[in-house]
Amino acid sequence: MISLRELRIHGRGGQGSVTAAELIAVAAFAGGVYSQAFPAFGVERRGAPVQAFVRFDDRKIRLRSQVYEPDYIIVQDSTLISDVNVFHGVKPGGVVIVNTEKPLAAQIPAGVKVITLDATSIALKHLGVPITNTTLMGAFAAASGEIDLTALEEAIRGRFTGEMAEKNVAAAREAYALVRGVS
Amino acid sequence: MIMPLGLGCSSRPGTSRVNRTGSWRTFRPVFLRDKCTKCRLCIQLCPEGCIMEESEGFPVPDYTYCKGCGLCAEECPAEVIEMQKEEK
Amino acid sequence: MMEIMEGSHAVAHAVRMCRPEVIAAYPITPQTHIVEALAEMVANCSLDAEYITVESEFSALSACLGASAAGSRVYSATTSQGLALMFEVCFNTAGMRLPVVMSIVNRALGAPLSIWNDQQDSISLRDSGWLQFYAEDNQEATDLHYIAYRVAEDKGVLLPAFVCFDGFILSHTYEPVEMLTQEQVDSYLPPYSPVQRLDSKNPISIGLFASPDYYMEFRYEIDRAMKASSQVIREAGRRFGEMFGRDYSNLVEEYRMDDAECAIVAMGSICGTVKDAIDEMRRDGQKAGLLRIRTFRPFPGDEIKKALAGVSSVAVLDKNISLGAKGAVALEVRDALYGSGIPVLDYIIALGGRDVAKKDIKSVVKMAMAGNGDLFYGLRGEVLG
Repeated sequence: MISLRELRIHGRGGQGSVTAAELIAVAAFAGGVYSQAFPAFGVERRGAPVQAFVRFDDRKIRLRSQVYEPDYIIVQDSTLISDVNVFHGVKPGGVVIVNTEKPLAAQIPAGVKVITLDATSIALKHLGVPITNTTLMGAFAAASGEIDLTALEEAIRGRFTGEMAEKNVAAAREAYALVRGVS
Repeated sequence: MIMPLGLGCSSRPGTSRVNRTGSWRTFRPVFLRDKCTKCRLCIQLCPEGCIMEESEGFPVPDYTYCKGCGLCAEECPAEVIEMQKEEK
Repeated sequence: MMEIMEGSHAVAHAVRMCRPEVIAAYPITPQTHIVEALAEMVANCSLDAEYITVESEFSALSACLGASAAGSRVYSATTSQGLALMFEVCFNTAGMRLPVVMSIVNRALGAPLSIWNDQQDSISLRDSGWLQFYAEDNQEATDLHYIAYRVAEDKGVLLPAFVCFDGFILSHTYEPVEMLTQEQVDSYLPPYSPVQRLDSKNPISIGLFASPDYYMEFRYEIDRAMKASSQVIREAGRRFGEMFGRDYSNLVEEYRMDDAECAIVAMGSICGTVKDAIDEMRRDGQKAGLLRIRTFRPFPGDEIKKALAGVSSVAVLDKNISLGAKGAVALEVRDALYGSGIPVLDYIIALGGRDVAKKDIKSVVKMAMAGNGDLFYGLRGEVLG
């Protein structure tokens, strides 16, 4: 009986991976589970590969190590796949969400479900900038069932204000509907 | 690269050259020449120092190191640098 | 009410409710979101305090020292190199018996430059006369600030206090924290009433010269107050438990120690991972336990001796190294167990942010049971050449 679930987010400095982890944790907590979000800080440079982690559990979370065997992975940018082994340690039955506009060329581990979506285009459409974190959060909500779309929207509104919040909510909603439709 | 562990944290120059940050790029700056005023602002601002001046004075990025941060496009007074999605 | 927020912000809210009257901090790396959040609270009038931006960490603590001497409750936060720059003022603050409370967000010291976590910074000031508390999670990181003020300002203590919590691992982590209300904090922590203070109408001098005829006696008094603070901490921790349900009456925490054969001793956030590893080892029939040190100064030698009586080996996880000797925690645990015959093995671990997983804890226990210790755990042989 292991109730702990873990998410690893791969992104690049400036893409909002840490914010994504935080808001997913906030939304999960609002849904009544314990959650924990933390970044793996590397070089603080725009464009450098970064990771952020989220844990979900029905009990208080004590574990502080980085996530080595994730149930879920979000890849903010498919160009990372050639730089980093984003699939490393993924659990059998795990779900991987990749932002890409093309089919994945990468070798996908057996028993892992991969969901691809063009989050960059969705983000550009709603926000005007290619910052994909909120879009991918919507996809994560749909693909994992760990967080509720309404809770996610509230978490986004808690971080951003006014028009910016609504644009991000719209991006998250579109991705949610898209992934809901395919899975 | 092996660090000289017994000698503190020293390194020979040129380590930035080994770190080919071009692989980090999601968006590629494309420099349009027709309206470029050769003001050199992009050359001075580039955090990687990877924009060079060619013989006629136009800026040319080195895509081996350009990490696609977009600072040049953001700051270009003539708005002639376009960030285009990287095809990888 | 349980809320989810970043560790630094949770601590900032706890500090706000302690009603500090003066905050001084140096707002550049290494710094955390704590003082950023407090500066915002002062700017938007949700905290009535004097916020002094200074030109260095040395000045930050100097300003705190002066403000505390003038009778204010004061606060600062720092980390790694910032704390190193405060070294001299730390000794002065304790020597002048000023109950300054400062958050230490533990991070490694350079060189080589590192922004990541270990506990070398605060451990390096173990001899400065400051109380040192170490938090396991963000709940404790907030609670210990209320307790630290109450203990530091106690008339029988009058010593400054560090509340230490691990950089990034706690400071940048979002997790649920039960925040007290202002009324609850006010009922636990009375306003600071100094025994003496700088006052132009009734002038005194503080921090005088002491000739060889007096210096030792001053130092003796600091040591005596530090040792006496153990009882004050127990009392403050017990009262906190009675009022809010989270008991801090012990300077150490025992986890599955009842029939433990191998005891791990550690401080800070690593203890959460250790607890999870112990649960797994217990399921596999391995009798491991954890003794977590929450108060490193005063050092709870008697509690440690009592808690470790009967174990067959002790593995100390030190996120610091007294270069040329051992880890600081192991040295003192060994001293506490002197004469008991119980082997105390030291593991220098997680320096400069190296991650520690459950498997590492299991591997340490295995090594300790085999009598293999006093080493740097997890060195990368391939880069050592």
